[in-house]
Amino acid sequence: MVLGLYNYWIVVLLMMIGFYIVIAHGNLIKKLVGLTIFQTSVFIFYISMGNVDSGSAPILAEGVSRYSNPLPHVLILTAIVVGIATTALGLALAVRIKEAYGSIEEDEIQIQDQLTEDNSKC
Amino acid sequence: MIAIAIVRTKDLLAVVMLTGIYGLLSASFFVVLDAVDVAFTEASVGAGISGLLMLAAITMTGRTEAPKRHKPLLALLVVLITGGMLIYGTLDMPYFGSFDAPVHQHVAPRYINDSMQEVGVPNIVTSVLASYRAFDTLGEVAVIFTAGIGVLSLLALPQRRKPYLVDESGKEQMYKQHIVLRVISKALIPIILLFALYVQFHGDFGPGGGFQAGVIFAAAIILYAMLFGLDNAKRVFSLSLFQLLAAIGLLLYASVGVVSLFNGGNFLDYNVLADDPIAGQHLGILLIELGVGCTVASVMIIIFFNFAGRREAQQNGEER
Repeated sequence: MVLGLYNYWIVVLLMMIGFYIVIAHGNLIKKLVGLTIFQTSVFIFYISMGNVDSGSAPILAEGVSRYSNPLPHVLILTAIVVGIATTALGLALAVRIKEAYGSIEEDEIQIQDQLTEDNSKC
Repeated sequence: MIAIAIVRTKDLLAVVMLTGIYGLLSASFFVVLDAVDVAFTEASVGAGISGLLMLAAITMTGRTEAPKRHKPLLALLVVLITGGMLIYGTLDMPYFGSFDAPVHQHVAPRYINDSMQEVGVPNIVTSVLASYRAFDTLGEVAVIFTAGIGVLSLLALPQRRKPYLVDESGKEQMYKQHIVLRVISKALIPIILLFALYVQFHGDFGPGGGFQAGVIFAAAIILYAMLFGLDNAKRVFSLSLFQLLAAIGLLLYASVGVVSLFNGGNFLDYNVLADDPIAGQHLGILLIELGVGCTVASVMIIIFFNFAGRREAQQNGEER
């Protein structure tokens, strides 16, 4: 019966993949992609919680008695659009970083920061 | 699956393509889970706009990812520990699809049973979004608006009159080469715009609403801008108009709340907007969905125009 929990495992798997990308990759755009996957895993988590066996989409109709839970749908609907807006903000930041540093690799940026700090100390 | 491929691929262009497929897949997944409204949004956002924006960003930041220099082993360990703990946590969760889960006990029955009498809109998602939890939605629209302002302040270029140079002709020719694309898109764009309006105003009865409509509307205009050149698109739809519209959408939403306050109800309580509570609800939902649609569409268009404008400015700078 533990197999009835498979939806959560998919979510956790996706979340782990996204999390791994965010931690292990130095490229800022790749990190943003990772964050998007992480986000989607949370979306799927909410939506799968709202799902009901033999339920129907939450639009009232004749002859349908069981609907899936509309509340998670509302939350995720807005979260998706907010998510793309914030991702766009992140991409804009990445573009500015590229212009300022000439790179979007994390370690290169750190090296440059180190250099400027050393210079200012001297 | 695709997510794993995203981890492995170094070429960011391929990553973005995979993200698009991933978005479409998760949209179909949401349909399977009966979340039609969400699927709608995810299909247009995940598979459409987000890929586009990432492409625009990649053209400015370079395509390839540098090879890794630090060990990914530690990261993998951290991720595995987190995942393991989460899976251990899920053992106590209710089974997938069971209808006696705690989530379904508290507010959802009220929404499902009473929303027809209280709000009078068949689509429960719309009535929850626009009526019961309208205050949340107002906050979310404000977040989107703020993100738009943020992108604007990060990427906006100083306003200047561009002298029309002769070397523009090369670029114009490039647009003209894609004649098939241009003809087809000319036929498609009005249909997309019409569809966006349908989604906007039909959101009470079927899946749809301001968020989806805004994104679809933005997609149509972005398509135009891509195929006919940013300058042409800016001549048709001026950027300042969209900046105005984004603000107007948010203001429209908030002012509906204030008007209902003046009419003696609570903030965003639509019952007092008209003589009949149901008519008031309809009016309120229509108005705030319009506000949401305006803001979302304009913010998406502002974001895209700024990315694209920045890129063209960079290219011109490199040519000189």
